[in-house]
Amino acid sequence: MTRGSRALVVLLGATALLVVVAVVSLFAGSKDTGLTDVLPVLAGGGDEYVQAVVDSRVARTALGALVGAALAASGVIVQGITRNPLGEPGLLGVTVGASAAVVTATAFFGFTGGGATVWVALPGAAVAVLAVVTLGRRSGSESVVPLVLAGAVLSAVLGAYIQAMVLARPDVFDSYRHWVVGSLAGADLQTLQAVAPAAIAGAVLALVLASSLDSLALGDELATSLGVRVPLVRGAGIAAATLLAAAATAAAGPVAFVGLAVPHVVRALVGTDHRWQLPVSFVLGAALLVAADVAGRVVARPGELMVGVVTAFVGAPFLLAAVRRGRVTT
Amino acid sequence: MTDTTAASHTAPGTTARGLVADDLEVGYGPTTVLDGLNLTLPAGAFTAIVGPNGCGKSTLVRTLARTLRPRRGAVLLDGRPLTAWRPKQLAQQLAFLPQDPVVPDGVTVRSLVARGRHPYHSPLRQWAPGDDEAVAHAMDVTGVTALADDPLAELSGGQRQRAWIAMTLAQDTPHVLLDEPTSFLDLAHQIDVLHVCRDMRDQGRTVVAVLHDLNQAARYADHLVVMHEGRVHAEGTPDAVLGGDAGARLVGDVFDLACEIATDPQSGTPMVVPLARA
Ligand SMILES: Nc1ncnc2c1ncn2[C@@H]1O[C@H](COP(=O)(O)OP(=O)(O)O)[C@@H](O)[C@H]1O
Ligand SMILES: [Mg+2]
Repeated sequence: MTRGSRALVVLLGATALLVVVAVVSLFAGSKDTGLTDVLPVLAGGGDEYVQAVVDSRVARTALGALVGAALAASGVIVQGITRNPLGEPGLLGVTVGASAAVVTATAFFGFTGGGATVWVALPGAAVAVLAVVTLGRRSGSESVVPLVLAGAVLSAVLGAYIQAMVLARPDVFDSYRHWVVGSLAGADLQTLQAVAPAAIAGAVLALVLASSLDSLALGDELATSLGVRVPLVRGAGIAAATLLAAAATAAAGPVAFVGLAVPHVVRALVGTDHRWQLPVSFVLGAALLVAADVAGRVVARPGELMVGVVTAFVGAPFLLAAVRRGRVTT
Repeated sequence: MTDTTAASHTAPGTTARGLVADDLEVGYGPTTVLDGLNLTLPAGAFTAIVGPNGCGKSTLVRTLARTLRPRRGAVLLDGRPLTAWRPKQLAQQLAFLPQDPVVPDGVTVRSLVARGRHPYHSPLRQWAPGDDEAVAHAMDVTGVTALADDPLAELSGGQRQRAWIAMTLAQDTPHVLLDEPTSFLDLAHQIDVLHVCRDMRDQGRTVVAVLHDLNQAARYADHLVVMHEGRVHAEGTPDAVLGGDAGARLVGDVFDLACEIATDPQSGTPMVVPLARA
């Protein structure tokens, strides 16, 4: 079987998995609503309370799929551009940027979280990535080391700021500690509508760049001779990764491990070709995040485990399995 | 304009089809490596660039492949400066294999060769018609079809080099530039690669390779360019450049090596035989 047809099988399999977990996500939850309760609602009737539950589950499932798809694809792009197998969206400053913005808004502007978090976190992430790219730019240098270092520096500085605020201000601590783990508990359609444009723009940009990213992996010199405008493609790749990760982080907080682990799983399945890695990472990332969210709702009944906690627990063995197969590659 | 398949050499001065370096000044930071270099690469021929370490061979081919920008002068392809070409159109004309290309982790031979097709892709067309045929043909010609699904990192040096050459072949360009394609290969694989270069030439391509072995260059190439300290010291057919006493003097001047010139018993081309130490 050639790589292409194998990748197609993987893509179809991941799609089937996504459909299954999405359906399960509509039915399963911390509130016990069985098949007989939910089906009438989906048919457009049923009990009012159950209807509200199902509505929120639809939004939650859709948002979970968006967050998982966006984080996974963002991780694929970042690992490819930085040629760093430990790359993840946080490397560019997305996570700390969003977090610092949320903390600042809470501490100084009386921000109390909720749906408006998106409008705080999105610009925070964008500003942080711009700062990293500006600091890490060295003209004529092929190395991405300056970029990675700039990301590390900004993460350290903003991390210290966040710690200081959280320790000094109990009110900040209270709202921040829920947001920072990553959770879909407050998911609603407004949040979905707010982040979808950024996520879709990032996804389209990523797909359009796929073949160029494959060439870029061969080094700047070969990429140039293959007709790639190297600075343009690298910049557009960073923009795509930022749009995706910022949308995800704004929607659900910094969900751990998806952006790091899913790309490794995807490469183990379909190889190093971005034209396959990206579509598969969208679908598989979505399926895995929705599955993690379902698991979080089911295992801790009547309460629920935040999805960020579940992905950290589940992501680790996935990554380990990929490592042990010797397929950790960029 | 000459016929694409003819291996005729374009005389200097004619409106040149193919690659021409016009008064190149190229350097890195404050250092200047090439200063006022002029060169016309004969279209449809196999040209070998030779010269001592550090004389600027890689700098020249990088500039010819537009991965390095000249400070002065220009490289012309079919009479048009490289900077005036759209990147992908140029990449459909000119393929380049650098001296030490980056091997992406985990990439398979097929995936590597397929990347040579990038010039034919566009944002809305990530796969182009003809990709599969071009990739299969390139792997076939270089003998790596059986290795298609093997990771590049697990291949021997000779196999890996053939995979890289397959990638430049998949690019399907009339001009191919190779920087030291035979270095670090054992003798059999060196000869193997030189035959691939000749085959490419026989298909009507212009092939330019930086080579270290003067005897191989003389035997396999149609045209020799001898570089010394950032300049073209001599160029012409192997016989004209390396033959006879003049050839021995040239090797003495450029490589600082005392030698006599013999005749290759197989091909009849000049063969450099270093003198025994007195
Ligand atoms: N990337 C670079 N940065 C700075 N100097 C370089 C670089 N590449 C080559 N040089 C210098 O340019 C000169 C010519 O190098 P090069 O073209 O690689 O020679 P060759 O390929 O003939 O061995 C050498 O002195 C080398 O040190
Ligand atoms: Mg060199």
